[in-house]
Amino acid sequence: MARRATPEVNAGSMADIAFLLLIFFLVTTTIEKDKGIARQLPPMEEQKPEDRVIIKERNLFIVNVNKNDQLLVEDELMQLKDLRQAAIDFLDNGGAASNSPEYCNYCKGKRSSDSSDNPDKAIVSVQNDRLTSYKMYINVQNELVAAYNYLRNRESQRLYGWKFTEVKKAIDEGDFNGNVSATEEKLKNIQTLFPQKLSEAEPKKKGS
Amino acid sequence: MSKFNKKKSGALPPISTASLPDIVFMLLFFFMVVTVLRDSNLLVQNKLPKADQVEKLKKDRSIYIYAGKPSDAYKDKYGTEGRIQIGDKYTDVSNLRPALEGLRGKLRPELQNKVMVALKVDEETNTGLVSDIKQELREANMLKLIYITSPGNELDQ
Repeated sequence: MARRATPEVNAGSMADIAFLLLIFFLVTTTIEKDKGIARQLPPMEEQKPEDRVIIKERNLFIVNVNKNDQLLVEDELMQLKDLRQAAIDFLDNGGAASNSPEYCNYCKGKRSSDSSDNPDKAIVSVQNDRLTSYKMYINVQNELVAAYNYLRNRESQRLYGWKFTEVKKAIDEGDFNGNVSATEEKLKNIQTLFPQKLSEAEPKKKGS
Repeated sequence: MSKFNKKKSGALPPISTASLPDIVFMLLFFFMVVTVLRDSNLLVQNKLPKADQVEKLKKDRSIYIYAGKPSDAYKDKYGTEGRIQIGDKYTDVSNLRPALEGLRGKLRPELQNKVMVALKVDEETNTGLVSDIKQELREANMLKLIYITSPGNELDQ
């Protein structure tokens, strides 16, 4: 009996099939690139607190954005590009006297008496109009976070020799080699040196 | 002599396409792996603002909220006022909470307390709409949110 050879499968159309699938996946692909500015909202107040904390005027950095997307920082008109430096100057001021318990020994600012006492006390308050564009809102938030990141980077560079933002990003993405928990402890330490105190007032109802 | 000029025929040898399927398959697998099928159809314009001081979103515990003006196809029906979209449909500010609770229920149980709300808001929206959303989030006790942005910086231009 003659053994019949199995006929060979024609693989010529294989490439066509693969191309078809490839094009389908090319079209439907959205490569994930979701990144953004993270925020923690304050919890809803159950009742109005009786004893409100009094914050000194000099420890408040008020950023006001009006409906035409103009910035008013500490009662002065300001351009967006100057906001970062202004926020850094405010946070880094360290105005408390050198013998008081609130003295900030790592601040490198001007130590002016009419700006913040120390970074722990310093609060940045952003006030928006309802008609402020979201783009401007994000830009302002971005610049303020940048100011915090700049100072945190400076301190982590001084204390540990690496940059806060780079190490945090490496840990978040899981490609940090080294002792993660010890490093997270250090990150926390930096965060207490410059705690991010961004307050957001509820926006005014009407345009002003 | 003929030993050396054996290959000197005028025509170019044909390029072998035998490895073409392999190459295509390789690309195919790459795209199959990185593909995430869109789970919701965008009903609003969604041009995200730029920012560079960003953190990465943890996908497994996030809920998306879109907001912006209705996109061109829906303009006639819904006007040009900013609107909120959750899942596949428009939502009112008043309906936001039940919709969010519903989405939270779909997450893995151990992550439901760590839920993170991702706001994808068009850059031309008014901040008022965003603060309405934030108020609702506070009421619903979902306090972690992230403003999704596109890479870049507005000041660079």
